Amino acid sequence: MTENTSMSKLNSYQNHKSKEEMKHQVITFALMIIFTLIAFYAVAVDMDKIFVIPLILILAIVQVGFQFYYFMHMKDKGHELVALLIFGGIWVAAVAILTFTTIIWW
Amino acid sequence: MSQEHTLDPNNLPKDPAKSTLEGKHKFLGLWFFLGGETVLFSCFFATYLALKNSTAGGPTSQDLFGLELVFIMTILLLTSSLTSVYAIYHMKNYDFKKMQLWFGITALLGLAFLGFEIYEFYHYITDYGFTFRSSAFGSAFYTLVGFHGGHVVFGLSWLIALMVRNARRGITLKNASKFNTFSLYWHFIDVVWVFIFTVVYLMGMVS
Repeated sequence: MTENTSMSKLNSYQNHKSKEEMKHQVITFALMIIFTLIAFYAVAVDMDKIFVIPLILILAIVQVGFQFYYFMHMKDKGHELVALLIFGGIWVAAVAILTFTTIIWW
Repeated sequence: MSQEHTLDPNNLPKDPAKSTLEGKHKFLGLWFFLGGETVLFSCFFATYLALKNSTAGGPTSQDLFGLELVFIMTILLLTSSLTSVYAIYHMKNYDFKKMQLWFGITALLGLAFLGFEIYEFYHYITDYGFTFRSSAFGSAFYTLVGFHGGHVVFGLSWLIALMVRNARRGITLKNASKFNTFSLYWHFIDVVWVFIFTVVYLMGMVS
């Protein structure tokens, strides 16, 4: 009997924790939608190119960070190897894009 | 069935997707794959950036792209990312019906996205004569965006196969990791789309 009680207590703690997590996920989603709206708005109103391009790129990078860390749980424990794999990929990606945009210009 | 795949209702693992060794391996394997996908897509992005102005007298990005369609597609794919988060939330609570429901919504949103993408390509080809062979810009555009669309097709097939195959099984420690790896893959498709709508469409419309 006591075992059951402690079990249900543990479960209610788990439920509380995952509810809390779900709330964070919904906030993350709302922020992602807001970022998307800002990016589209900045392009729609035809602001200065020098200002718009860095702005939408930064918004995209932050949005992808939310996706990785909240939706894909990279903020949780036990994701060290995962981070190594994905940042390895991002490093190669950065080098490839740098190469193609600087060496090829015709 | 082996011991580790039997569920004890009084002692359910906190995270069914990673409670077995096989599940842990699937999880890590998928992330390994996503690291490779990052490299693959970055090469397509790099090619696109290098060739986006090589239009060979054909239509340019400013002639082609429209904000409304891309905006609808973006909202559809972003929302499908959230619905798959809900599905995984219900999986961790061992609520199979709700998980299936939210994955079902995810599949519908993905299908709607795909419908819009097919319409978009059809529109470019018939109204502008803009094809894969029009110019270097055309080749780079269809390779990048089309490959992303191909990932959506693959993801949808994967999801539908999982849902049908496990329809009568409920959540087990064997299939929980499969649903979880699918949802990670689906989020990654959304990550790629965020860069596509920013780099290809929005930057293509800024004059």
